[in-house]
Amino acid sequence: MKSVSINRMSIRFGAITVLPEVTFDVAAGECFGLVGESGSGKSTILRCASMLTDSWTGDALIGGKSVREMGSDERCRALQMVFQDPYGSLHPRHSVRTVLSEPLKIHNIGDREDRMAQALRDVGLPADFIDRYPHQLSGGQRQRVAIARALILEPDVLFLDEPTSALDVSVQAEIINLLMRLREEKGFTYVMVSHDLAVIDHMCDRFAVMKSGDIVEILPREAIAGNQATAAYARELIGASLTYDRAV
Amino acid sequence: MTDATPGPKARPARLQSLTALRNIMVFLFKTPTSAFAMVVLAILVLVALFAPWVATHNPYMQDLQNTLSPPSGAHYFGTDELGRDIFSRLVYGTRITLTIIFLVTITVGPLGLIVGAVAGYRGGKTDIVLMRVTDIFLSFPSLILSLAFVAALGPSLNNAIIAISLTAWPPIARLARAETLTFRKADYIAAARLQGASTTRILWKSIMPMCLPSVVIRLTLNMATVILTAAGLGFLGLGAQPPMPEWGAMIATGRRFMIDSWWLVTFPGVAILTVSLAFNLLGDGLRDALDPKQMMKR
Repeated sequence: MKSVSINRMSIRFGAITVLPEVTFDVAAGECFGLVGESGSGKSTILRCASMLTDSWTGDALIGGKSVREMGSDERCRALQMVFQDPYGSLHPRHSVRTVLSEPLKIHNIGDREDRMAQALRDVGLPADFIDRYPHQLSGGQRQRVAIARALILEPDVLFLDEPTSALDVSVQAEIINLLMRLREEKGFTYVMVSHDLAVIDHMCDRFAVMKSGDIVEILPREAIAGNQATAAYARELIGASLTYDRAV
Repeated sequence: MTDATPGPKARPARLQSLTALRNIMVFLFKTPTSAFAMVVLAILVLVALFAPWVATHNPYMQDLQNTLSPPSGAHYFGTDELGRDIFSRLVYGTRITLTIIFLVTITVGPLGLIVGAVAGYRGGKTDIVLMRVTDIFLSFPSLILSLAFVAALGPSLNNAIIAISLTAWPPIARLARAETLTFRKADYIAAARLQGASTTRILWKSIMPMCLPSVVIRLTLNMATVILTAAGLGFLGLGAQPPMPEWGAMIATGRRFMIDSWWLVTFPGVAILTVSLAFNLLGDGLRDALDPKQMMKR
């Protein structure tokens, strides 16, 4: 288990400042949510912290060590990411076997067959799915494969970039239960981006409300039900979400 | 597991590529135009392989008693101005045509693919440099550029092949770059980077397989142009040298006798037409056949 701490992270694309300066800490084994409207910089935080984007300033520490100082190998084993769209995050011409064995080959890890079988078992897919291609899988199955890919290097921290928003409600529940079970079994630290406060309520211990790159307020899960947010924007967001849930 | 869709049992990887190959073949033979192309090209390859058995005469043997004789039982396509059997010369010419196509394709395909994929994926300065070089090559008319190369290197078949290769790679590079640009920001590339894959590995394992189908299609369509350029160079006396039975060169020498002896230019012309057409039709067929859903169906 490793903690995550984002320290004065800031990035601009051209004239637009996407993240003015973001700071937050996630304890080891915690599930931390990031909510906010579209374009508020939630996913950008994850992309920066995982070094997919490297033109940012500030620092991101995993288990007390800066992601910039880690070598590529060490960083890959420390953190992995699950993407939003399971239709876009699996290579259309790679079979599940290729998807799962590539990371093992890159990192020279042995007994690949066993590890691949274990990863498929972990995400609740039958072992004979190993030779399937993405177009032979349903959306939920694809997302399970994407999670298996993130698990196979045995990272400590998982970044979840709206892992359920592209899925049907019933499949969403399955994936959320899968993620919660994995956290119990393997003790991951999660940083999860979501639009859906119900998902945050179900999974996260604490969450940050973001607006145009700034963290407006960091709240515990319990604050959702009674809308105990103090900042006006956070109260508005939670209020809107609660009204919506009642309407549905 | 509630979302396990019932499906056929997955097969081992090697069998799957066989399935893919079979699906492509079945698809090509089901479409009339590409079936025609496949048949023509199969005949072309077989004729080239078994040229000594197919040919009725020695393609180089002159018979000055029997020049410019019209098609007959003894000479199916007649004889040329030196009494050589045109049918046999066409048959041996298939070997030259196939050599040109093969060598140009294995040079141009990888070169264009690598240049395009690297430019598209790396972006920035690499992209600018590689694409400006490509633009320079593209800005010359390809036949003129080939002419210049052959003029500089000296006329011969090998130099013609080099010249054609030098002019044929830029469109492939452009195509590969355009393809790469459409998915370089895709999540599966980001995932590969997160797994620690090096740039070379991403290019090789993730990007090139995505570019390959369109590059293969483009190469196949290009083969028709290659044949025509080779024939054009041969016609201008800059490609294959006499007495090699290259189709373009045969038309060039036959041109002088065209009015009286139509068979000198007609048969090589028809051969060039048929083979170019076949490659074009095959390219069209491959475009549909290489669709991943079509390819992997069982």
